[in-house]
Amino acid sequence: MTPLYLDANATERLRPVARAAVIAALEAGGNPSSVHGDGRAARRRLEEARERVAARFGARPADTVFTAGGTEANALAIAGLGRGRRVLVGATEHPAVLAAAGPAAEVVPVLADGRADLAALERMLASGPPALLCLMAANNETGVLHPIAEAAALCRAHGALLHMDAVQAAGRGPLPGGADSWAISGHKLGGPPGAGALLLRPGLDLPALIAGGGQERGRRGGTEPLPAIAGLGAAQAAPGEAARLAALRDRIEAGLAGRAIIAGAGVPRLPNTSCIILPGVAAETQVIALDLMGVRVSAGAACSSGKVARSPVLAAMGLGDLAGCGIRVSLPWDAPEDAPERFLDAWAAMRSRLSKNAA
Amino acid sequence: MRILVAMSGGVDSSVVAGLLKEEGHEVIGATLQLYDHGAATSRKGSCCAGQDIHDARRVADTLDIPHYVLDRESRFRDAVVQDFADSYARGETPIPCVRCNQTVKFEDLVGLARDLGAEALATGHYARRVEGAGGAELHRAADPARDQSYFLFATTREQLEFCRFPLGGMADKAAVRAAAARLGLSVAEKPDSQDICFVPEGRYSDVVAKFRPDAAEPGEIVHLDGRVLGRHAGIARYTVGQGRGLGQASRDGDQPLYVAAVDAGRRRVVVGPRTALPQAEIAVEAVNWLDAPSAVPRPCQVKLRAREAPQPALAEWDAASGQLRIRPEAPAIAAPGQACVLYDGDRVLGGGFIRRAA
Repeated sequence: MTPLYLDANATERLRPVARAAVIAALEAGGNPSSVHGDGRAARRRLEEARERVAARFGARPADTVFTAGGTEANALAIAGLGRGRRVLVGATEHPAVLAAAGPAAEVVPVLADGRADLAALERMLASGPPALLCLMAANNETGVLHPIAEAAALCRAHGALLHMDAVQAAGRGPLPGGADSWAISGHKLGGPPGAGALLLRPGLDLPALIAGGGQERGRRGGTEPLPAIAGLGAAQAAPGEAARLAALRDRIEAGLAGRAIIAGAGVPRLPNTSCIILPGVAAETQVIALDLMGVRVSAGAACSSGKVARSPVLAAMGLGDLAGCGIRVSLPWDAPEDAPERFLDAWAAMRSRLSKNAA
Repeated sequence: MRILVAMSGGVDSSVVAGLLKEEGHEVIGATLQLYDHGAATSRKGSCCAGQDIHDARRVADTLDIPHYVLDRESRFRDAVVQDFADSYARGETPIPCVRCNQTVKFEDLVGLARDLGAEALATGHYARRVEGAGGAELHRAADPARDQSYFLFATTREQLEFCRFPLGGMADKAAVRAAAARLGLSVAEKPDSQDICFVPEGRYSDVVAKFRPDAAEPGEIVHLDGRVLGRHAGIARYTVGQGRGLGQASRDGDQPLYVAAVDAGRRRVVVGPRTALPQAEIAVEAVNWLDAPSAVPRPCQVKLRAREAPQPALAEWDAASGQLRIRPEAPAIAAPGQACVLYDGDRVLGGGFIRRAA
């Protein structure tokens, strides 16, 4: 039986258009900084990708900085925009943002539904010198969408900047406006790993994290990974994709009704993501049991060690012990139509064995 | 059948996974992450550091089996490391490998294996599981130099039914390494693990001091006859029978002195001549039986520390109080906190922890 891949939020399945663009760029070769014809052709490919990414995610090409991925894009923004400012981070931010923000960053709590606590945010913004707020558009584990427009208005009112980690939201629906900078990652939207971008609102500039040959208008040194960037530029969602995935996701959640808890249910979420809590069963056990049945899901953010830990995201939502019992189902763009039934069958088989052993 | 294999990244458990796979079983590998490997990455010859997790994963890749890393840092800290420090602070000499086997390894992994639909849990321990008339029995390994049955006495009978120790019948370590080489495992020549895995550079007293600073406070070294002979830098550094680390209290004239007792309440280390140390009777608590306990005094052999041969003794079990009294044929030195394991020949009958004198 072919495995059922339901871990798009770890890495999205490669889109055929992206694959074709990667291969074309690999075969053409060329360094965009070279003066000669091959260099000019590579430069054209790079700028075409930049224009597509800029247009798709709401920035000007001149304000679109290619990086090696989402982590670097977040780090570039936080290092550059956070200079001389207090840094505030949402309680459910990705480790890439938390690590870049550092231990001194102040944490903005979330409500029980997973969304940023705007009242708390306003108090924090008002109580100190100008800040940089880092708030993700959509959470990687629950898919919960944060109230970015409202947070952006509060930031403007208090002279703060807003950096938005849009790594999970990009490509899965329209991005909210109002941020000063936002980060995306190619492999989360159907491109290859190895390319991401930081997009800036007009008029904002920042220094490079990685110096070098002056590429990316001096904001990111190093020869551009053109095949990955070309793939990122080409990786576009098909019309109707989000609605199709939302319908599959809703069928999964309907099939679990009364047997599991869905984190963040009832607030706007990504169409493809469901965080399913089975009380009393370690997320780790669930992930392994499902994997052995050919169903690929995850718990928490993918960690380099491959270990599964209690979810800080669910803990921040006040879920207590349940924070160790949630798995993330994230449908890829090419999820099969029978994905809900296959998932529910495996989940039911897992649950019945676990309850038998508990008895 | 589906078998969960506890893989440390060392040669022993790697060979277990390889042999079971070769026999046609559906093997699932699991590696426990027991402490932050950042602090231990440079450490050689101990289990479960970052390199060991990497090695376990590479072995699983070679064998083409699914493999999972299980985060057990907080469980290990609470159940094993804290207990280790608490035991020293009580004036005992703990045996953390038994605690780890009791909790993180067998209790947790047997549960996980059942949850995953596995029919057995296999480990790289050198011990034999023998099907007896009354169920699974635990026996000493074929290679007496490698035998680890002492550390497995606390395995419950139910756990033992579920466990497999495929290396128990191996003639020696060379045979295991040869099997690893034959299976093409990169860890075939990896050094053996040593000491206590979570103690960096062998300074276990530093770990104890971190968890229980009271066990690192100085105090007096006192002779059995009451004379104060010197001072010590923390009771955690001493175990009954020890002759080193006593400074000027290591001799009484010509007579060498040894630790006779650790009095945690008064932070005193009590020393005496060698002849004063052996006990005619040893009290044992937290007893686990792997055979039906006998209502009458039972002749057997006992092992009071990891590196000694079992000695003849008589075991008296009081089921009502859960206390076991051991009368060794020749009086023996017993360090509170260490395991006392009972054997009938090769078979482990049960065991418990040596209790402090009241």
